[in-house]
Amino acid sequence: MSNKPKKLIEKGKRLDGRKVDELRPIKIEVGILKRADGSCYMELGGSKVIAAVYGPRAVHPRHLQEATQVIIRYRYDMASFSVKERKRPGPDRRSIEISKVSREALEPVILKEYFPRSVIDIFVEILQADAGTRTVGINASSVALADAGIPMRGIVSSCAVGKVDGEVVLDLTGEEDNYGEADMPIAMTQEGKITLLQMDGNFTKEEFTRAIELAKKGCKEIYEIQRNALISKYEGVNNV
Amino acid sequence: MSDDIIAEIKRDYIYNLAKKGKRVDGRAFDEYRQIEVETGIIDSAEGSAKAKIGDTQVIVGIKMQPGKPFPDTPDQGAIITNVEFAPIASPSFEPGPPNENATELARVVDRGVRESGAIDLSKLCIKEGEDIWMVFIDVYVLDHDGNLMDASALGAIAALLNTNFPNERYELGKDAPLPIIDLPVAITAAEIDGEIILDPSLDEESIASTIITMITGKDDSLAGMQKSGTGPLTFDQLFHISDIVSKKAKDIRKKYLETS
Repeated sequence: MSNKPKKLIEKGKRLDGRKVDELRPIKIEVGILKRADGSCYMELGGSKVIAAVYGPRAVHPRHLQEATQVIIRYRYDMASFSVKERKRPGPDRRSIEISKVSREALEPVILKEYFPRSVIDIFVEILQADAGTRTVGINASSVALADAGIPMRGIVSSCAVGKVDGEVVLDLTGEEDNYGEADMPIAMTQEGKITLLQMDGNFTKEEFTRAIELAKKGCKEIYEIQRNALISKYEGVNNV
Repeated sequence: MSDDIIAEIKRDYIYNLAKKGKRVDGRAFDEYRQIEVETGIIDSAEGSAKAKIGDTQVIVGIKMQPGKPFPDTPDQGAIITNVEFAPIASPSFEPGPPNENATELARVVDRGVRESGAIDLSKLCIKEGEDIWMVFIDVYVLDHDGNLMDASALGAIAALLNTNFPNERYELGKDAPLPIIDLPVAITAAEIDGEIILDPSLDEESIASTIITMITGKDDSLAGMQKSGTGPLTFDQLFHISDIVSKKAKDIRKKYLETS
């Protein structure tokens, strides 16, 4: 591991040249997998993620099915080569927790009562990790759900805010996360209803308020990108 | 290879076309779908490649780290190959540890790299008997539309060609390219009602009575073979396959590996 740089923010600029309230570059592609019902590839700086949606489909094992609504399963998985030291393939405690909160972040927008006794599977594969992977996973899943034609009340957008060198910043890099003082991933609907909130580190009340403001700004920008990606996929398709 | 079910009517259609020397997507029997190889796509890996054959997509990442040598080869590096059938790739893939198909695939890819001598393992010794480099070849299947074998093998060797020793991270000097001395290429054939086709699509795979993969090195010698499926194969068919495999492997090696 490299040593801690003296300063992570100098004259309002971060190590990668961003301002404190700026997201990393985003790349997004919809419908990249043939077999999946819906899919999305998303890059946020050095984090590269694929999300795929299967369903609604029959539930196995059957005792998991619910009589009045669809069940949602979410699997967050890191590829062995997505991090510096090879990660052993398969789930660990971290990925199980992330899978749970990510599922809960998306469930509120899905019209679950439309598909009783079935399941919607959301699979997220982290190909390269540089902080914020759970937020990218949620963003990509949201788009993949829409791509799969799942009826939804809206789209969930997610980003992380944190504290670096005593300053509240948007969208931490891996390095900022390592040496920063706080990290807070957050997800919200486009109406601003919070569906995921986690935090570790240290915020004063004032910093927390500022962080929420930054997160709103970040999620709004991501929402526009998600929306445009979905629209552009269907550009050129004539209205029927 | 595949547990996907196929409609009876589609099965008949593929059979009947095969009798007339045709395939569903209009390919000739020995014609591959479009191949694409992209390398160096994962910064956190020591080497990486995405290989596409038609709609089939795999991503291969190489990780290297120091480890202990096997007692019988104290001065040689180790290759560890693993295949993950990521559930994003197919409705029939379920989360969990590798099943028998993923394990078979991993072992065939491993055999191709190992037996062709693709990596000069003697250059992977740090200190004899104590420290060697372990090369992890991790294949993640992203989209399964048939012939995972060839896509995985192609992705693996392309990723290895793109791999650097992470010497600096372990304070062992400067990063340097991994010594690659052979370029194994896997060619897969399927037998459908007596006819031999190359690069079977998922539908073709699921009705084929047998599937055979041959891996050849630069000098056209065989480095590995695997027959899967319950159908028998005649000697004539086997020699016919080995003839067409040589030519195909040469083309693919030239086009996608020797230029990079």
